Amino acid sequence: MQSYSTTVSVKKKKMKICTEDKIFNVITYFILSLLLVVFVYPLVYVVSASISKPSEVLSGQMWLFPSSIYFDGYKEIFKYTQLWTGYGNTVIVVGLGTLLSLAVTFAAGYSLSRKDFFAKKFFMLTFVFTMFFGGGLIPTYILIAETLNMYDTLAALIIPSAVSVWNVILVRTYFMSSLPEDLLEAAKIDGCGNIKFFVSIAMPLAGPIIAVIALYNIVGRWNSYFDALIYLSTPEKYPLQLVIRNLLTQNQMTNLDPGAGVIEIENIMKVEGMKYGTIIVSTLPMLIIYPFVQKYFVKGIFVGSLKG
Amino acid sequence: MKKQGTAEKGFLDKLFNDLKVNAGLYVLILPAFVFLILFAYVPMYGILLAFKEYDSSLGIMGSEWVGLYHFGRFFRSYYSSEVILNTVTISLYSLVVGFVFPIILALLLNSVGNLRFKKTVQMISYAPYFISTVVIVAMIEAFFDSDMGTVVKMLERVGVDVRIDWLISSNAFQHVYVWSGLWQTLGWNSIIYISALSGVSPELYEAATIDGATKFHKIIYIDIPSIMPTMVTLLILSVGNILSVGFEKVYLMQNENNLSTSEVISTYVYKKGILAADYGLGSAVGLFNAVINFIMLATVNFAAKKLTDYSIW
Repeated sequence: MQSYSTTVSVKKKKMKICTEDKIFNVITYFILSLLLVVFVYPLVYVVSASISKPSEVLSGQMWLFPSSIYFDGYKEIFKYTQLWTGYGNTVIVVGLGTLLSLAVTFAAGYSLSRKDFFAKKFFMLTFVFTMFFGGGLIPTYILIAETLNMYDTLAALIIPSAVSVWNVILVRTYFMSSLPEDLLEAAKIDGCGNIKFFVSIAMPLAGPIIAVIALYNIVGRWNSYFDALIYLSTPEKYPLQLVIRNLLTQNQMTNLDPGAGVIEIENIMKVEGMKYGTIIVSTLPMLIIYPFVQKYFVKGIFVGSLKG
Repeated sequence: MKKQGTAEKGFLDKLFNDLKVNAGLYVLILPAFVFLILFAYVPMYGILLAFKEYDSSLGIMGSEWVGLYHFGRFFRSYYSSEVILNTVTISLYSLVVGFVFPIILALLLNSVGNLRFKKTVQMISYAPYFISTVVIVAMIEAFFDSDMGTVVKMLERVGVDVRIDWLISSNAFQHVYVWSGLWQTLGWNSIIYISALSGVSPELYEAATIDGATKFHKIIYIDIPSIMPTMVTLLILSVGNILSVGFEKVYLMQNENNLSTSEVISTYVYKKGILAADYGLGSAVGLFNAVINFIMLATVNFAAKKLTDYSIW
């Protein structure tokens, strides 16, 4: 009798848990599905708007899928030479900047990963302190623009941002956790020096973390806007983001003046038609690499969350 | 015998010995060290500008000392309290929103059984992180424009009249700023919690199930405690940035009409210090900002150490 009643109550409890969990599941799936819509909708909208007639976009006729297929916007974009100059400048900055960053970051990260490195603590402290305190915008600006004479050069976008301490620490953590110490011992016996060991043994084993750091650099530099804004003055040197911004703000007078002439309206329509296409063209490289590199990015965060 | 010998060696001996044995390591770290000295420490020396009247022909050292003159100018100015208040409001607002929601998302995703659904949500939620600030702001403008914005039009269609000027109104600025920021970073910032949650031993969940725990119980008693160290670390780091609202997005979203709520320290320093070339004032405000951030970081770190045993140093 006794045991019978316990099994019943356990069963009842289980039933209760099941229903509670079911409700929980329904709510979870509902929230996440809603979230999915919130994430996807703006992206789909931009793509659709880029190939729809500007007038239909502006009137709200087009709200999800393209209402018409209309490529004039893209045609205008391809004729817009500043955009392609900007593309070129961005490619230069991203390419050179990433290479420089990789070389400097990995060399430093490797040194700091070595337990027998006597000055490790000193260097760690000097490095990490810069993460929490800095001179601020104006002293940095004076140094780069005036003292180092980098004003209005692409070098100002490449060189000062070469070292990210955060990335150095990521690399250090990676080497500490995945480079076996025996390897170094064996190499030492064979008479392999530190630099040679780093170049020919440590680096070839660092594939995944090289991908992570390279991609952080590429995405960050591709999207950056501020350095170009303060250090560049010649429009021909402007990187992509600055060019897009200038193009898009051309059309700021969105509230149509009732007395606006046909030509003004036409011009607004033209820029309006280019707007979404420009967004696509400038973001495309990131969106193309994104599905392939996603897992590396995530890996980078994993390494970062390990206690170093 | 040999061991005793090294123990007796002084600091300098050890250093010289290491310089000989590990010369390569010093060579490898040198470039990064030079970059940081040049681009992080030299500007710290430029902080002196905050106390000087800068004359580029005399250089930083040669310029005349003016004491706290620039600080006085900032704090006495009509703008200072507004700028500081805006900075604190925006960063506290984004701190709370940006801290809580990624945790909730990670917890929800972790409890989803359907792996494919989970992966899809993750994959798509990371995507906005790859879009540049310039483009995000352009999208905000396209969606929230009071005349032609898509969101505004859609709401109108369902009968909700929201024809307030989202982009121009100073009341709306902070909301648009913070929530669009969440849209961009929610998925990305949840990754670190998802990775922490994936490390929780499955046995814990099994034991809890046997004890009659619901999914909700598991979140409260297993998941949250296991991501606590991550939560505390990230919270400390973000509080340490309380006075650094990112420049780019605020600056790009600014217009004459919303300046009363959108002017923050970084944009103010840019306008005064670089556009108006008032280096003294710019440096002074920048220094004030850096010092407050540092104090906040140290305080929160200390408090976290006392309260939870977790800290970043």
